[in-house]
Amino acid sequence: MTVIEARGLRKAFGATIALDGIDLRIEEGRIVGLIGPNGAGKSTVLNAILGLIPYQGELKVLGRDPWAERDQLMRDICFIADVAVLPRWMRVSQALEYVAGVHPRFERAKAEAFLAKTTITPARKVRDLSKGMVAQLHLALVMAIDAKLLVLDEPTLGLDILYRKQFYDSLLNDYFDRSRTIIVTTHQVEEIQNVLTDVMFIDRGRIVLDCSMETFEARYVEVTVNPDRIAAARALKPIYERPVFGRSILLFDLTFERLDRQQLAALGELHTPSIADLFVAVLGNPLGQRTVNSPGPTPNPTWSSR
Amino acid sequence: MNTQSNVTPESFDSHRITPAVLSPTRPFYWSVRRELWEYRSIYIAPLAVAAVTLFGFLIATIGRAMSVHDPARRAGVLEDSNGFAALMIMGTAFVVGVFYCLEALHGERRDRSILFWKSLPVSDLTTVLSKATIPLVVLPLLSFVITVVLQFIMLLLSSAVLLGTGMSVAPLWTQASFFQMSMMLLYHLFAVHALWYSPIYGWLLLVSSWARRAAFLWAALPFFAIGIVEKIAFGTAHFVGLLQYRLSGPEAYTLTARGGDAMSTVDPVSFLATPGLWIGLALAAAFLAGAVRMRRYQGPI
Repeated sequence: MTVIEARGLRKAFGATIALDGIDLRIEEGRIVGLIGPNGAGKSTVLNAILGLIPYQGELKVLGRDPWAERDQLMRDICFIADVAVLPRWMRVSQALEYVAGVHPRFERAKAEAFLAKTTITPARKVRDLSKGMVAQLHLALVMAIDAKLLVLDEPTLGLDILYRKQFYDSLLNDYFDRSRTIIVTTHQVEEIQNVLTDVMFIDRGRIVLDCSMETFEARYVEVTVNPDRIAAARALKPIYERPVFGRSILLFDLTFERLDRQQLAALGELHTPSIADLFVAVLGNPLGQRTVNSPGPTPNPTWSSR
Repeated sequence: MNTQSNVTPESFDSHRITPAVLSPTRPFYWSVRRELWEYRSIYIAPLAVAAVTLFGFLIATIGRAMSVHDPARRAGVLEDSNGFAALMIMGTAFVVGVFYCLEALHGERRDRSILFWKSLPVSDLTTVLSKATIPLVVLPLLSFVITVVLQFIMLLLSSAVLLGTGMSVAPLWTQASFFQMSMMLLYHLFAVHALWYSPIYGWLLLVSSWARRAAFLWAALPFFAIGIVEKIAFGTAHFVGLLQYRLSGPEAYTLTARGGDAMSTVDPVSFLATPGLWIGLALAAAFLAGAVRMRRYQGPI
């Protein structure tokens, strides 16, 4: 079942084009990481999906038009926006009471059980909670809602590593099942690599990469090349090269160059690149000060899969 | 592809057990409660004014207990105090209503909590209506209850003083007919403070939904500007007159909470026949519709 389907999704803020005709399709049961540099259009995509902004083009979320039917849609969607947005004046008990009052799919006991595992007490006000605790509270509210789609826009921004880890652990262990779908944007890509089932790169309002993690692992390979083999390795047209401790790590796109792993294994040690490395390779400054004489990746049209 | 597009929202629901369907009034009810949680001044301010009024009345009652032994004059003191108490509480409620409306749709954008409210299945219409309910229904009702309770306490206190000095309390209970006075107050609150003032609150909510900052200035300055331009350009003051008319209430209905002819001001037929009432209500509806639309487009500021 398709949860989100967009065709030619466009959004301009004045003269600035935030989304430049995006096509995407997200199926049920996926955990999709939407990765992109600042100002790439990540939040704009999410806001369009959530019915917070009008847009041009076609967009269906759970079969509905989000801009026209935000309130109905929100019965099946939850979202946590980029910073703590829980009203500071609210007490924890009031937050539970209010969401229970307005949301038909909220199970209060579930939220209370989750909060019982934290140090948050019902009488406390949001303003008196630490940032990490506010995130826990928001997560408790969201996890107690039987939603089909959860949208997380930088949910762990400003949290320390313990809270961040706990956040994703709770999400995976206590919330996610195959009938739910999660879209997440974050700059801490390396922390969610193991969580994701799919990854999308967005840059300047366009989707530049859209693949499942299986495809990702099959398609991209990093080779740590000894200096004596470097010329041979470069001849195979890596898409990115970076030096590490006197050796070079070259990133290859197996599909594009029609390479196979054995060929590369002869050059050095193979490993799966991190999303962050690929991100830098695709979107970072290709000939930055770090690499000299590397051929550098050529912008490749086949990157935008479909 | 065709099968895809035939998927209706309902079919997504079919495989899940939907919990008890919420009645449409529930989000509204909880939204109003939410406003009372957030803006506690809605009830604290009138209560505080009532407490101060009662304190003043206590001093006056005890102070004059020695001098005023004539039940008729005491009834006069009580009547004055009643009128004053009603005025004070209504005035406070109006001021609270004005500041509440200016803050209601602005504050949620400023503190970004609008992102949380919009993540819940509550429509913009429900939200704006729940906020408009505060000045149009909640504040008049609260003013009524607080005023009536306050007046009743003052009546009991006066009676106690008179009884203490051995006088008859009958004049207190007959001259100022308590029930009649309360009903008049209720009528006045809903006719003037809710219906007649509704365009004022509607305008303030609209400005609040739209202004990025200084909502109060945006709400007030256009009126000054129009008034000044009219005065300079044409030497007239019709616009200011219109504003005064709106603030002071329809001619058939000026505030006379005291005095023997007070009952004559309760004239629903001529009130309903006032064009100004209907023009005002239409304006209020237009302003609120504008606020609903603005809230749909607005995000955090």
